[in-house]
Amino acid sequence: MIDFEQVSKRYEDGYEALSELSFHVAQGEMAFLTGHSGAGKSTLLKLIMLMERSSRGKVTVSGRDLADIKRRKIPYYRRNIGLVFQDHQLLFDRNVFDNVALPLIISGAQPREIGRRVRAALDKVGLLSKEKLLPLALSGGEQQRIGIARAVVNKPALLLADEPTGNLDPELSAEIMTLFEQFNQVGVTVMIATHDLSLIARMKHRILMLQQGRLISDESS
Amino acid sequence: MWLKKERQQSQPAATNPPEGRRSEGGASRGVMAHSRFKHYVGLHRQEAKESLQRLLVAPLASLMTWLVIAVALTLPVGLLVFLQNAQQLSQEWDDAAQISVYLEQRLDEQQSRKIAQHVQDLEAVREVRYISPEQALQDFKNSSGFGDALQYLNENPLPAVLVVSPRIDSADLQSTQALLAQLRALPDIEQAQLDLQWVDRLFRIMALGQRMALILGVLLGVAVLLVIGNTVRLAIESRRAEIVVVKLVGATDAFVRRPFLYMGIWYGLGGGLLAWLMVNLVLVWLSGLVTKLAEAYNGEFDLLRIGLLATLLLWLASALLGLLGAWLAVGRHLHKIEPK
Repeated sequence: MIDFEQVSKRYEDGYEALSELSFHVAQGEMAFLTGHSGAGKSTLLKLIMLMERSSRGKVTVSGRDLADIKRRKIPYYRRNIGLVFQDHQLLFDRNVFDNVALPLIISGAQPREIGRRVRAALDKVGLLSKEKLLPLALSGGEQQRIGIARAVVNKPALLLADEPTGNLDPELSAEIMTLFEQFNQVGVTVMIATHDLSLIARMKHRILMLQQGRLISDESS
Repeated sequence: MWLKKERQQSQPAATNPPEGRRSEGGASRGVMAHSRFKHYVGLHRQEAKESLQRLLVAPLASLMTWLVIAVALTLPVGLLVFLQNAQQLSQEWDDAAQISVYLEQRLDEQQSRKIAQHVQDLEAVREVRYISPEQALQDFKNSSGFGDALQYLNENPLPAVLVVSPRIDSADLQSTQALLAQLRALPDIEQAQLDLQWVDRLFRIMALGQRMALILGVLLGVAVLLVIGNTVRLAIESRRAEIVVVKLVGATDAFVRRPFLYMGIWYGLGGGLLAWLMVNLVLVWLSGLVTKLAEAYNGEFDLLRIGLLATLLLWLASALLGLLGAWLAVGRHLHKIEPK
């Protein structure tokens, strides 16, 4: 699903965020990406989302060499990846339903289809009863779950998360991680960047550890 | 494998439970294209509605923008309406654009009438009225008040006169001048006179006014573009975070652009409506004075309003200005906002 071959990313100011990084994440796999801040986790996710392009090496996602994807085609590529942000990035001027529906509206789904899929996604994250509320009326954990519902509403084959539990207490964090596991169990490839080592150590999944842009350990437990 | 459609096509139909109404066949493809078009129209209607609602959420700020645009549009539109009225007024002087042709005195009535017929046959002539020396004298007696004094004249000092009305449009003074020269060149003609240089001057002034309305229109049109462009730029700036999110969940540039373009259209159209209202208010305010002025000149004059076609044109133009202004702002600022 995700294939990095000797990938380096050097920013314009000369800072090298990733150095000759190689790894492979298989379809249906669930992997954590960890390391100190500045180790290159975010850069790695940005390369997959095509927010940045690699300086050297080859990134392949779902069989497609990302270097071949032209700027104009990036939106269509992104519709196949669910992205969960640390600060969930909900739009506060519209209710929960409309937030979750956003990717469907963007990809031009039929209204009936939108209603069905949004409710299915909200049901999965356990917030079906809150669809009419504004995000500000929800707790931090609930907001994050809305963010996850939005990421999965398009039924993406790949789900990426950048510090999804960064602002949550341990109990809520565990709940969120369980949610990701559930999506993984139905076949979604999941990759989560986090520095919460104690949390992921308890979960039996592959852990990729980065340090200064290099892969220093790759444990499949 | 990425696109749902591709996924469905690549898998055998049996293992792929139909989700929705996708099937093979031209007919259903037609239905799909149709429903996609309907969906597209629905999406646009929704976007248009939402961007209008967004403007109405801050009514005072939006009203300010609308007023600025309205004032900028009112000036050239008002000037054009004024010129149109002046033109209408000058049409009533059409009959005044006549040429008086004085025939030589030695001619007798038959000769004079022959010349009149000749002039009448000229292509540029609409009508010729023959005034015999006797009739001219009678008219003069009646209107001048010297009636009694004239009785002491031995003979009629007045020549026969042909009053020639040109066929051409009075706005085209050059052809009137050409006709004048043509008449002067005829034999047996003492003098031909076009006393209407002031009409010429009026037309020149009106042409100048029209040019000024055009210049004013262009300048203020640019101002409207800039106002709308700047307002849209601020809107883009204030929704920066939202744009980033929307782009990350796969929005195309067109999708991101659309609400701002509609915003521009609404600003333009609102300004156009207000400008129309302003011009009409001014006209109502002036019409009483104009009627009184016309009465003082023993005339009748109804102030022209903006016609239906002109109204629709004004609204269309203002909406297009709005769209263009938004387009400029969006083109310059939107692509700078990328997820980082």
